[in-house]
Amino acid sequence: MTVGIVVFPGSNCDRDVRWALEGCLGVPTRFLWHGERDLAGIGAVVLPGGFSYGDYLRCGAIARFAPVLEEVRRFAEAGGPVLGICNGFQVLTEMGLLPGVLSRNRDLHFLCQSAELIVQPGGCHWLQGYGSGERIQLPIAHGEGRYQVEASTLHQLEQEGQVVLRYAANPNGSVGDVAGLTNAAGNVLGLMPHPERSCDPWIGGLDGKRLLAAALA
Amino acid sequence: MPLFQARVLVSLRASVLDPAGEATRAAAERLGVVGVNRLRIGKAIEVELEAPDRSEAQARLELLSNRLLANPVIEDWSLEILEAAGGVQE
Repeated sequence: MTVGIVVFPGSNCDRDVRWALEGCLGVPTRFLWHGERDLAGIGAVVLPGGFSYGDYLRCGAIARFAPVLEEVRRFAEAGGPVLGICNGFQVLTEMGLLPGVLSRNRDLHFLCQSAELIVQPGGCHWLQGYGSGERIQLPIAHGEGRYQVEASTLHQLEQEGQVVLRYAANPNGSVGDVAGLTNAAGNVLGLMPHPERSCDPWIGGLDGKRLLAAALA
Repeated sequence: MPLFQARVLVSLRASVLDPAGEATRAAAERLGVVGVNRLRIGKAIEVELEAPDRSEAQARLELLSNRLLANPVIEDWSLEILEAAGGVQE
């Protein structure tokens, strides 16, 4: 099985994701350039971090119209596992595969640090390797990670168990301490933290490895 | 085909925190401009559009504003249309 890694002009974590999947987990990958439409043989899709199309207009707003994302939408709607990391999470919200939007951090700082997260995996495909209420550490690196959504939608997401990752100490002002969300079916996960940067003890942790390993499941 | 000049103003919804606007407001104080109680930052987008008539121009610009220029989850938009004199020469 091959994992497709979408590459937009301005993506910058695509090679990190490839390194984590191939180097640390032995999972073959294929880069999917933004203009591509062929997802044949792809078992899971990762939208990596970075600044797709320079983050012009709004983060993820231009990426949403990339031809490859029409295919990714079909793939997700058919139940295929899709993971959006950081800018990838922003793209998933702009596409409407996940509700809400990621906006400028409360204190305006670009945050580059470790964050403690509380996992509530529920029915999320990507988090089945984690216990309910488990606390993990993953790096965050974002300027626009403050999750915003209407209070009624947040309440519904919480009731449905779709808020699968929360910050133990909210770094950016996200409503509901949201760090990651899944869709109703559980096959799509968007998160601001970077699991691909936590797959090798040499760079400070292994807590992201079980998440990326779920691409194989 | 008539040519329309439009300006779309995109602003953060009132309920949404605008940290960049707040930082700019604080800088206004440091500049010595007193009395600035509120400062919110939005975007002005200028569009030139060819369309058969004004109602078609309006419809296209509304679609553009709703689906691309603004994200209705956190932003409001308003639209101003001016018809340019003469239109486009074929």
